[in-house]
Amino acid sequence: MMNENVIEVSNLTKKFGHFTAVDHISFNVKKGEIFGFLGANGAGKTTAMQMLCGISMPTEGKGTVAGFDIFKENEKIKRNIGYMSQKFSLYEDLRVWENIRLFGGIYGLSDKVIAKKTDELLEELHFQHERNTLVKYLPLGWKQKLAFSVAIFHEPNIVFLDEPTGGVDPAMRRQFWEMIYAASDRGITVFVTTHYMDEAEYCNRVSIMVDGRIDALDSPAALRSQYNAESMDEVFRQLARKAKRVD
Amino acid sequence: MIEVKDIYKSYAKHGKANALNGITFTVKGGEIFGVIGPDGAGKSSLFRILASLILPDSGSAIMNGFDVGKDYRKIRKIIGYMPGRFSLYQDLSVEENLKFFATLFNTTIEENYHLIKDIYQQIEPFKNRRAGALSGGMKQKLALSCALIHKPEILILDEPTTGVDPVSRKEFWDMLDRLKEQGITILVSTAYMDEASRCDRIALIRDGKFIGSDTPQGIIDDYPEILWSVIGGKMSTLLSDLRKHPKVKSSFAFGDKIHITVEEGLQTYDLKQDLANKGFNEVRIDIIKPTIEDCFMALTS
Repeated sequence: MMNENVIEVSNLTKKFGHFTAVDHISFNVKKGEIFGFLGANGAGKTTAMQMLCGISMPTEGKGTVAGFDIFKENEKIKRNIGYMSQKFSLYEDLRVWENIRLFGGIYGLSDKVIAKKTDELLEELHFQHERNTLVKYLPLGWKQKLAFSVAIFHEPNIVFLDEPTGGVDPAMRRQFWEMIYAASDRGITVFVTTHYMDEAEYCNRVSIMVDGRIDALDSPAALRSQYNAESMDEVFRQLARKAKRVD
Repeated sequence: MIEVKDIYKSYAKHGKANALNGITFTVKGGEIFGVIGPDGAGKSSLFRILASLILPDSGSAIMNGFDVGKDYRKIRKIIGYMPGRFSLYQDLSVEENLKFFATLFNTTIEENYHLIKDIYQQIEPFKNRRAGALSGGMKQKLALSCALIHKPEILILDEPTTGVDPVSRKEFWDMLDRLKEQGITILVSTAYMDEASRCDRIALIRDGKFIGSDTPQGIIDDYPEILWSVIGGKMSTLLSDLRKHPKVKSSFAFGDKIHITVEEGLQTYDLKQDLANKGFNEVRIDIIKPTIEDCFMALTS
């Protein structure tokens, strides 16, 4: 992990009418860090993430992602990040190689680079035999691994992962996290949400959102000791119980 | 009581194995039975068959005496089904959705209000809100209310807690306990292994097959491996060094610890020494009892 910040936000806020979905959140994320972004359903995680990805304009506050201003340079942010979620990541009716080419093309890579990197990627994943397979026929765990590789295919500064391992086989879920470690070792910052509290332990630092605010932010070990808890699950429960918003 | 015998189902898709490969089990009346496994294992196909929505290629399923193939009209009266994907009418309000499902079954909200009271009360303040505008947790409570409004004998819940945070998941299982007390038989599926302990009995499912079925404790008692937890040092390097050890059979991260299965005969102090030789001086090794997730991984490796 390096000392340079890839995300810097202060007092980031989003209001919908009278409802404050995200309430003055401030934090930094370092280059190469694995940052866990936790919170109960309805706490404001998705809205916060949309602002960081440049697809939703904050009501107030300021911040930069990958060095670009959230207010003025959101198009540049989009080009310099990767994104994947459990709900949508790849086009089911395209083949494996077609998905890779499509996303490579969207992020402006040349055909030559895409062709070379596609071979490398398929070899790394031991996916050579699946090159022509329609994505809908891949088992979920494979699909998620491919989706992650595609999300970082253009070597973004930071990749946002929205519940990437929901419903995934226990062994596959762990293999997925080993891919996250490898990406982080290469200097890619990983910003990840999850409902599996064991996965919170795999993050360098974790933030927990309650009612639109960030109520806790530290390493899992420090949070466990601060809340006098055996596990992150217990930390999470203590904090989420304070929520006043009706979900 | 649910009696399922040798169910097979295939969708004949290109390159895809059978969705269900000979499933047999019984669920006693008033029991919470959990079908636990990853997405794509066949959970939804099985539940759709039991809800009489699709037919199996072969095999039989009897729900409280009614056959899912022949007696589907009767089955639909006695079951409540909550499908995995959001099943409500997005443009109807909370109350309209509930009324609609009550009317379908020739009943009224008032008649069975006692069954849903606990759950529905939590969303009643929003009864005029469109279902589509509800948050995930509220949708789930409404969907459960709708599945219960005709007072079913058997409740079939397909992944009711997917994408739900740990606190709300716990609340949901508390609700199921209360429904069980009213005598309702509950068949529920989940990909969260930690929910196994909330069931009376469970089946672990993978690739359309049950790979184990028992009480949660019974599954744990049958665990065939020697299991240790290792903690201390950088997770990724510790993992890879453990994997290189000739007497370590498997090693996986479990939260802040690593769970390893080892060959018989290896002693904890031997491994501790081997790790110290590699520079891990602060390692702690404990002999531990497996979780359901350990069991699942042992059964699928």
